[in-house]
Amino acid sequence: MGIFEPVTVLGGLGLLFGAGLSIASKAFEVEVNPKVEEVRQVLPGANCGACGFPGCDGLANAIAGGKAPVNACSVGGQAVADQVADIMGVNPAESVRKVAVVLCQGDCHKAKDKYIYNGIEAKDKYIYNGIVDCRAQNILAGGSKSCSYGCLGCGTCKDVCEFDAIQIIDGIAVIDKEKCTSCEKCIGVCPKGIIELVPYEQEVIVKCKSNDKGKNVRENCSIGCIGCQICVKNCPEDAFVFEKFLAKIDYEKCTNCGICADKCPTKAIWSSLEGVQAKAE
Amino acid sequence: MGLFTILISNIFVNNYVLARFLGICPFLGVSNKTETATGMGIAVTFVVTLSSIITYAIHKYILLPRELVYLQTIVFILVIAALVQFVEMVMKKTSPGLYSALGVYLPLITTNCVVLGVALLNVQEGNNLIETIFTAVGASLGFMLSLILISAIREQLVIKDVPEALEGFPIALITAGLMSIAFLGFNGLV
Repeated sequence: MGIFEPVTVLGGLGLLFGAGLSIASKAFEVEVNPKVEEVRQVLPGANCGACGFPGCDGLANAIAGGKAPVNACSVGGQAVADQVADIMGVNPAESVRKVAVVLCQGDCHKAKDKYIYNGIEAKDKYIYNGIVDCRAQNILAGGSKSCSYGCLGCGTCKDVCEFDAIQIIDGIAVIDKEKCTSCEKCIGVCPKGIIELVPYEQEVIVKCKSNDKGKNVRENCSIGCIGCQICVKNCPEDAFVFEKFLAKIDYEKCTNCGICADKCPTKAIWSSLEGVQAKAE
Repeated sequence: MGLFTILISNIFVNNYVLARFLGICPFLGVSNKTETATGMGIAVTFVVTLSSIITYAIHKYILLPRELVYLQTIVFILVIAALVQFVEMVMKKTSPGLYSALGVYLPLITTNCVVLGVALLNVQEGNNLIETIFTAVGASLGFMLSLILISAIREQLVIKDVPEALEGFPIALITAGLMSIAFLGFNGLV
């Protein structure tokens, strides 16, 4: 007798269940939008989560379901947005490419220190040897800088950047706007909250976040915004917002004329325009 | 043993999770929210009850007469796997929200030892059909009860000031241990 019966019983049962399942799969079929897979194919596939959805699959689902715009992927930029728009059959919306910018220029020559953190150059006071991490440093009396708004320069943002776009130069973080994909990871880890997204085309930026009064800013840093409002008065486009002793540019109104950067007495307004730079030097 | 006794015994005294330590994976995996815990409990109840009935029939009418009882484990797993697939399909169609909330734990019912445990124990104890059904319902209600209890506690734990080293899973494991000790109090009831 032997092997015949158990094999038939097991095989028969298997066949029975298999047939039952295949019938059930037809009866309970759920239609999957074919566009989901197509959209997923053109997305970068880095699963970085910058779009706010759980990975590229999540975004593909949301785009195909109409819950997210076709240009929702900031890493892929315009190229991916065009392809996705193609698949979805809509006109590609112009997406403004944005890059992250560290809003502080107070490097080790221009800003004063409260104490010395891990041998990072300082003029006097305490010496602290701890973890080289801005978040750790921030816990200790708000960091080593006299200015409580400035970049701490430990490179926590540099460590999380997956695109190698951040460098620490003279004790402050500087982001290479060509490499930046605006994934916002650095923005999330910066304890000072001084990294912001700025349009790629923007040539004039107020690189200071200090809400201190002018006198205090001057004491702490030679390149901070002292709230003199000269930029506000001189701007032909009325593109400045001024509050809490700090000037801020409305990037939608700004035409990158560079007048403000030219007039700024402390050069807290950074500019990549050539004429202005030459004058500044 | 009366049917009511079977029910009480399986829900409280011999609770499959807290007294027999079966089905620990979903017990900790899907107990973050009461809603998903309830959904998981219902899915398990459905699978356990149905699989117990089918395995009972297969055991009695196919395996026993042909003296193939040694095949029971593999055949029971076959039944359970097919049933879970079926439940998955139905759930995907009727309740996509619950389907995505349960995620990977739904196909994992296949390997949930409560399901196989109930089927095997029923056969071992020689229960008749009615007793089998009551055991299955009791076992899965007990599973659902412990799942809902721990998920309710864990929902509270999220907003409580837990020591940092114990946040998340560690405190859940401690909670599970305390619950298990508490359920020991039912011993001697049956």
